[in-house]
Amino acid sequence: MDALDLARWQFGVITVYHFLFVPITIGMSVLVAGLQTAWVRTGKEQYLRATKFWGKLFLINFAIGVVTGIVQEFQFGMNWSDYSRFVGDIFGAPLAIEGLLAFFLESTFLGLWIFGWDKLPKKIHLATIWLAALGTWLSAYFILAANSWMQHPVGYEFNEARGRAELKSIGAVLTNSTTLVTFPHTITACLLTGGAVLVAVSAWHLKRRNQEDVFRPSLKLGAWVVLIAGVGVLITGDLQARIMTEQQPMKMAAAEALYNTDKPASFSIFTIGSLNGDEEVASVRIPSLLSFMATGSPNGEVEGINNLQQEYEQKYGAGDYKPYVPVTYWSFRLMIGFGGLAMLVALAALWFTRGGRTTTNRWLWLAGIFAIGAPLAANSFGWIFTEMGRQPWSVFGVLKTADGVSPSVGAGTVATSFIGLTLLYGVLAVIEVGLFVKYAKAGAPEIPPESEAEPEDRPLTFAY
Amino acid sequence: MLIMELTTVWFALIAILWAGYFLLDGFDFGVGILLPILGRDDRERRLLINTIGPVWDGNEVWLLVAGGATFAAFPEWYATLFSGFYLPLLLILVALIIRGVAFEYRGKRTGEQWKQRWDWSIFVGSLLPALLWGVAFGNIVRGVRLDEHHEYVGTFFNLLNPYSLLGGLTTLTLFTLHGAVFLALKTDGDMRQRANALAAKIGIPAVVIAAAFLLWTAIAHFDGVGVVLFALAAVALIAALVANRLGREGWAFIATGITLVLAVFGLFVTLFPNVMPSSIADANSLNVDNASSTPYTLKVMTWVAVFFTPIVLLYQGWTYWVFRKRLTVEKIPV
Ligand code: HDD
Ligand code: HEM
Ligand code: HEM
Repeated sequence: MDALDLARWQFGVITVYHFLFVPITIGMSVLVAGLQTAWVRTGKEQYLRATKFWGKLFLINFAIGVVTGIVQEFQFGMNWSDYSRFVGDIFGAPLAIEGLLAFFLESTFLGLWIFGWDKLPKKIHLATIWLAALGTWLSAYFILAANSWMQHPVGYEFNEARGRAELKSIGAVLTNSTTLVTFPHTITACLLTGGAVLVAVSAWHLKRRNQEDVFRPSLKLGAWVVLIAGVGVLITGDLQARIMTEQQPMKMAAAEALYNTDKPASFSIFTIGSLNGDEEVASVRIPSLLSFMATGSPNGEVEGINNLQQEYEQKYGAGDYKPYVPVTYWSFRLMIGFGGLAMLVALAALWFTRGGRTTTNRWLWLAGIFAIGAPLAANSFGWIFTEMGRQPWSVFGVLKTADGVSPSVGAGTVATSFIGLTLLYGVLAVIEVGLFVKYAKAGAPEIPPESEAEPEDRPLTFAY
Repeated sequence: MLIMELTTVWFALIAILWAGYFLLDGFDFGVGILLPILGRDDRERRLLINTIGPVWDGNEVWLLVAGGATFAAFPEWYATLFSGFYLPLLLILVALIIRGVAFEYRGKRTGEQWKQRWDWSIFVGSLLPALLWGVAFGNIVRGVRLDEHHEYVGTFFNLLNPYSLLGGLTTLTLFTLHGAVFLALKTDGDMRQRANALAAKIGIPAVVIAAAFLLWTAIAHFDGVGVVLFALAAVALIAALVANRLGREGWAFIATGITLVLAVFGLFVTLFPNVMPSSIADANSLNVDNASSTPYTLKVMTWVAVFFTPIVLLYQGWTYWVFRKRLTVEKIPV
């Protein structure tokens, strides 16, 4: 493998890993804040116990989200220096704004939340977790604005003399139509993921009839969040598909492995065969669905890969403009499928626990517990689709991935960092999952009686 | 001439971000390095970690913002620096990863071995960046092998030259001193005394090493204002040691902070108008003009910085106020 392949693999692995933790952070921060709000408003102890329990799991996850994020910030300069030179004038701004607006907010107020339980008045302490949650949303917005610019570059001009893209309108970059649909899609996917964590852990306890006063409401909360957010994901995904067809028609064609322009176009649920444009062996198809997804009309025309390839050759010169179709085809389906699976499990959870009922069927509970993997997989496949479907472009229609890699960094160097970081991440994953499971199984803590001592003299309760 | 001014403004802002990072994460690193030295048992080590518990992550964000701001304001600098200093940067990243996780995970299991491993992660994870940031800055000021495309064409070992290594020792000892002074300020009882005594001990080598590095810089890369700043930094460092001797911990901490800030400013002033000089040919050097973004981007970023930096400073300052009380071992639950 050359430095380019290695750098691409590194980016994919490191970023997908970061995004396993990110959605849990974004989703759970709001849920923990909500539970704490319920406690402050009602004074019911079960909400306080739930807050502390889910808060601890949230923090175990957050730690890895933070440290893997640091790598992301530097990766562009390390492996993709030509990319950074080319787009820095535009791309750097949202990244810097994200740091100033979001990361400071997140990290500072989370520190206050962890250590401030006895030091801050109740309501101010509650505000700190809401501000931290706000930070995670802001962070998502700005980084998605940066990414959306790569999918659909707007508000810029190419400067021949300096050989780079230059910013003309920050407003256009921050209100890119791609950002406006990507942000709600990603945020709802994150909420779905956070809800699924609640469902899975609560299911483990309810299977054993542990602490039902804490875990029954948590299960319900989680399941409703999965369902409602799930509907949001479907609606925003549909909008996204339409915008994507407009802006990156090749990606839509590759998502369906549609080689020749079709009208109306059907959507295949799965295909057996090579997906390389030869005759397929078998497939299950829904007529007109692809037309509807892509254009909003069941009779709309959807362009095929071969037609687009010709079009692009005329526009951008000779070259291969096709992404790797098997990946785009399957990742698109797996994203939708795994998300749907999580929603089904949530629906079942609500049904079997309706009106105070419970079930002794252990398979149902097991399904609930393992449901946590589904949204994580859906998220990863969503990103793999988004990013692989854009190839060979790094910035669509402007800069190819191959032209972005650092010219001065050798394959050996990239391999060192790729292998080193992957091993380190592997070890961290084992430790993280071990701790997560340990604290998940431990159940919600008992709340010790209010200490008599002055707040300043009490021992630290939630400290390291 | 607006472009001239804005590039200078951003050069100054990036200097401020790095100074803020050294000032704040500097004492975190110091505390991490002193963990095995001052923390004799588990409860004492927890005491030390909890002095920086609420703030270390916020302090680290200064680095992220310095990196992001460099990307936005001087993309060429960002690209050359991070691709050129690849391996040292990778080491810093690994260090920051294990250190960050260690703070959060150390207390989450009992068991000697578990804690020992995380203590070790905190120690190494603090020591490496404390050393390597100094090496990196030494190399930036000294100049590295940049070709006409501003690409780094030297090797990893070219970065390990005596001047830059001395720079590394400077940040290492200064951060350790800064951390010791911080601990004397933030703890009480026995720990306060021991931190104070240790600060006095580290003070001597810190003065010698820092003076040697700053003198070398002043001679090899003479810049009038830079020399004044270095001299003031040296005065502040001596003042810190005196205040520490007198048991005036607050003043000692302010003074080590001033030392770090002035030293960073001195290095940036010495560098100006270059951001990364080339040791091959002057024409290959990156400077505030050929590395910068467009005036429009700089203008946008200036507005963002003017508007939001004060807010950040306010709430970060408030955090330090909330956790202003000294900690003692008794406050750490057994
Ligand atoms: C949709 C959301 C999203 C996406 C696509 C990314 N991140 Fe992220 N990132 C977050 C959402 C997030 C977060 C929710 O804000 C995190 C996760 C856990 C956390 O602590 O904050 C975070 C943490 C985090 C941190 C540490 C912040 C701290 O110390 O508090 C950095 C430096 C980055 N990220 C940088 C990046 C970069 C450069 C990305 C692109 C390649 C990226 N992230 C993708
Ligand atoms: C967290 C969610 C993300 C995931 C899971 C993800 C994943 C991926 C994957 C799988 C690739 C394709 C690798 C390849 O085909 O070579 C890729 C490419 C890329 N992505 Fe993303 N990405 C994410 C977010 C972002 C964001 C937010 C940015 C920019 C701000 C970004 C910038 C890039 C760049 C520069 C490349 C080109 C390098 C390459 O092809 O590897 N990505 N990403
Ligand atoms: C019918 C259901 C869905 C549709 C039609 C849909 C549609 C899409 C489309 C078209 C993209 C690519 C956007 C682009 O490249 O421009 C995308 C990306 C993505 N999807 Fe979905 N999606 C669906 C369900 C889900 C589910 C259930 C999840 C996760 C729980 C999910 C998570 C993601 C993520 C994380 C991305 C990458 C970020 C982004 O570009 O927004 N999607 N989706």
